[in-house]
Amino acid sequence: MKSVETSGKTVEEAILMAVAQLGVRRDNLNIEIIEQPAKRLFGIIGGKSAKIRATIKRNIKDEVKEFLSKLFTFMNVEAKITVTEDDSKIMVRLSGQNMGLLIGYRGETLDALQYLTNLAINKDSEEYRRIIIDTEEYRSKREETLRRLAKRLANKVQKTRKSIVLEPMNPYERRIIHSTLQNHPNVITYSEGDEPYRKVVIKVK
Amino acid sequence: MGELVRFIAQSLVDNPEQVSVNEVQGEQSIIIELSVAPEDMGKVIGKQGRIAKAIRTIVKAAAVKEKKKVMVEII
Repeated sequence: MKSVETSGKTVEEAILMAVAQLGVRRDNLNIEIIEQPAKRLFGIIGGKSAKIRATIKRNIKDEVKEFLSKLFTFMNVEAKITVTEDDSKIMVRLSGQNMGLLIGYRGETLDALQYLTNLAINKDSEEYRRIIIDTEEYRSKREETLRRLAKRLANKVQKTRKSIVLEPMNPYERRIIHSTLQNHPNVITYSEGDEPYRKVVIKVK
Repeated sequence: MGELVRFIAQSLVDNPEQVSVNEVQGEQSIIIELSVAPEDMGKVIGKQGRIAKAIRTIVKAAAVKEKKKVMVEII
C-alpha cells in the first residue's frame, strides 16, 4: 500500500503536503499522526514540527473487479462483474452467456474462483475481508436444495431410526445442513471424516 | 493457458518476479509446468493441496473449449 510521511508546522499543513505528494483526494487517505507539533518556548528554544503518515485507502471493490476481469480475460470468458460491499462481506455477482462453465460440477469451479479471489485479495492485508462469488443465484438455489434435502432425510432418519451419512460437502454446505436441523426435535447432526471428504451424519437423538 | 496459470500464481505469491511457466505441448495434452520461489511453494500448493486443486479446477474450466487435456504441474 502506498504511503508517505510528511511534516509541517501544523498537522493540517502536513496533511495538505501528503495530499499534494500522493495526488489523491483527502478522504481517500488514512492519516496517522506520528508527532504533534510543539510550540517554541519564547519563540526561540525547541519547537517541533507536526509529522504524519498518510496511506492511500484500499478500494477493495475495485481490486476484486480488476482481479476477476483479468482472470476472465485469460480464461477467455466474458462476464459482467458487479461488486457490492457490506460490513461483513464483499458480494460479487457474475452474469453472461457462459455461466455454466464458471459454476462447474456442483459449483466446484465457482468455489475455486471464490477461494483464489479471497487469497489474492487478502494476501497483503491485516484484516481479512470475506468475498462471496455467485452467479445466476446458484448459491441461494443450492442452499434451498440442501435445506429441503436435510428436512427430507431427517424425516427418514426419524422413521427408520437409522443414521444417514451424506455425500462429502464443503464447510459452507455442511453448515447449511447443520443449521437447518439444529432445532429439530428428534435428530442430531455431526460431521465425520477429513477434508475434502468430510460428511454430515444425521442420527436419531 | 500458460498465461492464465502465470497470472493466478503471481497474484498469490510474495515473489511474483520468480514465477515461471513452461508449456509442454503433447499430441493430446498440454502440460503446464509452474515454478515459484522455494518460499512461495506453500502459496501455490496450500494445505492438503487445496490451492493447487483450485488452480487446476480453473484451468480445467478454461480448457473446455480446447480439444486437449490441460495438466498443471508444480515443479
